[in-house]
Amino acid sequence: MPEHILLRHRDIPDIDQLDVYLEHDGFKAFESVVRETNPEEVIETVKASGLRGRGGAGFPTGVKWGFLTPGVFPRYVVANADESEPGTFKDREILERNPYQFLEGVAICAYAAQANVAYVYCRGEFWDLAHELERKIEALYDRGLLGEDLFGSDYHLRIYVHIGAGAYICGEETALLESLEGKLGQPRLRPPFPAAKGLFGKPTVVNNVETLTNLPPIINRGAEWYRSIGTERSTGPKVFCLSGHVERPGNYELPLGTTFRELIFEHGGGIRGGKKIKGILPAGASAPLLPATDEVLDTPMDYESVPKVGSQLGSASVIVLDESVDIAWMAYKTASFFKHESCGKCTPCREGTYWMYQILKRIPEGRFRNTDIDLLNSVAHGMQGKCLCALGEFSIMPVISAIEHFRPDFEAHTGDER
Amino acid sequence: MLATKYKKEIDRILEKYPPEEKRAAVLPLLYLAQKEYGCVTEAAVREVADLLDLDPTQVGGLIGFYTLLHGKPEGKIRIQICTDLSCALRGAEEFAEKICENLGIKLGETTEDGMITVEGVKCLACCDKAPMFQVQDAEGIHYYENQTVESAMEIIEALRKGDRNA
Repeated sequence: MPEHILLRHRDIPDIDQLDVYLEHDGFKAFESVVRETNPEEVIETVKASGLRGRGGAGFPTGVKWGFLTPGVFPRYVVANADESEPGTFKDREILERNPYQFLEGVAICAYAAQANVAYVYCRGEFWDLAHELERKIEALYDRGLLGEDLFGSDYHLRIYVHIGAGAYICGEETALLESLEGKLGQPRLRPPFPAAKGLFGKPTVVNNVETLTNLPPIINRGAEWYRSIGTERSTGPKVFCLSGHVERPGNYELPLGTTFRELIFEHGGGIRGGKKIKGILPAGASAPLLPATDEVLDTPMDYESVPKVGSQLGSASVIVLDESVDIAWMAYKTASFFKHESCGKCTPCREGTYWMYQILKRIPEGRFRNTDIDLLNSVAHGMQGKCLCALGEFSIMPVISAIEHFRPDFEAHTGDER
Repeated sequence: MLATKYKKEIDRILEKYPPEEKRAAVLPLLYLAQKEYGCVTEAAVREVADLLDLDPTQVGGLIGFYTLLHGKPEGKIRIQICTDLSCALRGAEEFAEKICENLGIKLGETTEDGMITVEGVKCLACCDKAPMFQVQDAEGIHYYENQTVESAMEIIEALRKGDRNA
């Protein structure tokens, strides 16, 4: 069995206990950056590692840090623990089972950003783990691993947990910042980006939980080691969330570039009940559906290869659909999700998600008409490229791709048309 | 009054944010209000607004936006079943239907004794352990994973009797 770099609790079950984490080189990376390196060097190391944001966008992490407006303080770091993409459940496992590695990642990021305050924005549903995380943070103050004069330096850091209240849109970084400021979680017009004007108008880094959890091993073992995992442009390990019609759903930590086939059939044990695979949503509800052809199954799951077959890697939340799934019903489910989660700020998204849902609702109600297929396409294309954030864009992808690849599934509902 | 009863807790919350940015404390304070009053009443909105020097509309507007904040009392215990895509592929819709049937209500409704509200909710980041639900009550939110109709009904009945460790 290869070692786990992110899901380290799979190898060391008690690593959620601070003593155990410290015995396994815990906080060695944070201590070494504070004692021995300056923030710029940390940023250079992370750039050199090739680490890309694991929340979905895949933007190079070190480059993002490098955008912080020089000379403006205070700065903030915000960990995005608002995990709510359908099919995504990796951050929750990290936060529950390997919390100290995540917190050490937050600390390293804060040092690199020269921030003295970091917030962990946890979705409200993560109530229990958020409260547990607060206790873990307390334990770090008690040991002198957070707080004032860290490791004999003048660097100080406090980490606070902030609990959200149920809104998918708050996973979008500017909506998250609005929400953290106590407002409606609605995306901001960009620029300015958070690196210039983020939390409370100050330069801010927002990074996903999994992204931050990569930092301690990168510091401990070096950028070159990290680059030896994964592909040339998609470096490092990734936690793939496998759900839907597989024998063994769950999180699987594998190098970026592992094929869909290996994930689904080797690690996931294949399709439940010996059925045939029909389609794959590689990034939850937020990317085009792929028909499960041999070409798709043999595609490496990395930031470059998945777009080549017509979808996105996103947060790598792989939802597997077997032959029994009515793809028109799937489109109804994703439309229902986005209609509920649209924040209402941009008219094309607010109205478009509503109308796509109204049309697709005719499927379970038995009122779907032949003309509805073209109507759906027309509504979807009318939204494309017209919204502030990606939610509106995401919402049309499963619908358009479902019609493109599985039109007969929609036509099957139009039999009663009069 | 929240300000007197929860003074220590409120101070601890406000400490997290810069003094000039105390609006940031609005969600944590709304959770406190919900704990105290069972839902965010209009009076609670004004209390929270006063605590943070906000206009009541800046607070009240959040209730309809965030799904875990409730403006109406409904059931003391909210059973929130994820019926989103991944869970639905593993039987969550039938699961939710049967739970409702057992309780004699429809999705979104509350039992006659005012104890249980069952809601269908969007993804709870627990797709590999479907069917699952979370329970929201005055004390907080707790997950129940890998459920069957039988195990879920046992939990619901225990919660109804006030046993939170079910």
